[in-house]
Amino acid sequence: MIRLTNVCKDYPTRVGPRRVLDNVNLVIRPGERVGILGRNGAGKSTLIRLISGAEPPTRGTIERNMSVSWPLAFSGGFQGSLTGADNVRFICRIYGVDFEPRFEFVKEFSELGIYINEPVSSYSSGMRARLAFAISMTIDFDCYLMDEVMAVGDSRFRERCRVELFEKRPDKAMLIVSHSHRYLKGTCDRFLLFRDGAIEEHADFEEVYFQYKALLGEAFDSKEQMVAEMQ
Amino acid sequence: MPSSNSAPQTGALLRSSPAEVNRRVIGALLIRELLTRYGRNNIGFLWLFVEPAAFILIVTFVWAFVKNIQRTNIPIVAFALTGYSSMLLWRYTAGRCIGAVKSNKALLYHRQVTIMDIFLARILLELIAMSAAVFVLTILFYSIGWLTLPEDVMEVIAGWALLCWLSMGLAMTLGGLSEKADFVKRVWHPFSYLLMVVSGVAFTVDALPTGLQHAALWVPMVNAVEMIRDGWFGSDFHAHFDIPFVVACNVALTLVGVSLVRQIGFDSESESGGDE
Repeated sequence: MIRLTNVCKDYPTRVGPRRVLDNVNLVIRPGERVGILGRNGAGKSTLIRLISGAEPPTRGTIERNMSVSWPLAFSGGFQGSLTGADNVRFICRIYGVDFEPRFEFVKEFSELGIYINEPVSSYSSGMRARLAFAISMTIDFDCYLMDEVMAVGDSRFRERCRVELFEKRPDKAMLIVSHSHRYLKGTCDRFLLFRDGAIEEHADFEEVYFQYKALLGEAFDSKEQMVAEMQ
Repeated sequence: MPSSNSAPQTGALLRSSPAEVNRRVIGALLIRELLTRYGRNNIGFLWLFVEPAAFILIVTFVWAFVKNIQRTNIPIVAFALTGYSSMLLWRYTAGRCIGAVKSNKALLYHRQVTIMDIFLARILLELIAMSAAVFVLTILFYSIGWLTLPEDVMEVIAGWALLCWLSMGLAMTLGGLSEKADFVKRVWHPFSYLLMVVSGVAFTVDALPTGLQHAALWVPMVNAVEMIRDGWFGSDFHAHFDIPFVVACNVALTLVGVSLVRQIGFDSESESGGDE
């Protein structure tokens, strides 16, 4: 279980601290899939960073009784001068797991071919994304964090990711930030809508998406119209 | 190093003892830094030695000429080696820690990587690299007859260890400060040049005018360098140093450094923290 109690996060700006998250309370239980919606800058990625532990909250506490992944397919941790294999080795070292079987998996899944032994700086962004996703799948976590990942790769790769993630890991908790209704709708069983630093909880996708669209200033006249247009 | 635990059970891994996790993470960061800095191509890891060796060679040649003019009993190669490597030790270590967090911030997404690990890995790499360089150069200069081995090896090692400790404290303090204020980076550069001049690279305390001798010993680096030189060629000159003073400085710098490093992250400034 992951429990956030009265969590606030401020970031300094020239005109004083700006509160990005305001008194957030949230519990994520094993196996739950939580979809996260909100405008740009609403605090979605901040929440992911806080839960991943990359940053501490300004106030409040975060308890984690589950192992939490780094944000999936996150390639910011790559060192450009290192090869794909070096980066896999680094991850295996810090997580204390065997390199060989995981390297085989990454080679196979990322389809990088000979490029696995070339510096990451020579990769295209699609190759980086494939490597990052494959590495994310080598370590087994109780809870996976995903921040807009599925925008990466071609449709065939996206489909393989979907299988790897949702079909092979049905029992894992997931936090998914996405703007895509196609992606969130069938996947999640809880939804969080970010509004002015606070979080609204919804169980029904159509309800949350209707409100989200209104928040974006693209309001539908009615839910029926929205559902029709989403087809 | 990959441990023998092959079960992909991360939950259990994260619960393994903190010391074990620390060791693993620092080891992994060390290798990563090594590969990043020296790469696999060209002469790769050799740069570790070539860089300081080139410096020391040049300095030795320059001072060899000065010696002809000045006439002193001090063995010039030992003098240059001890002085210059000591200066490189604290300068490089501190330099590597300024802004260290910024270039490694993305790694903090991995729960077991802490800011302290990032600093310790960089510091360790620098200390090991310089120590290895001094060792190799000693053997090299000795084998071609330019250098006699230390008279008291233990004293040299003790002095070097004190200097390593000092470098660590200084690096953490400056690294921590540089995360608080950008100007630290800019101020440190000119200040480090000033410190170079007064740190005992190019003088022995005994050679200074009496009035300055006392002042020079207020610089902790001077004490450590004097100690190293005393161990190396102490019979050729009269060394001045105060070990308790250096230890006190080291303890103070370490405490300040550790607390500054631990404060980082609690006032992380950038909202785009982990992006590429």
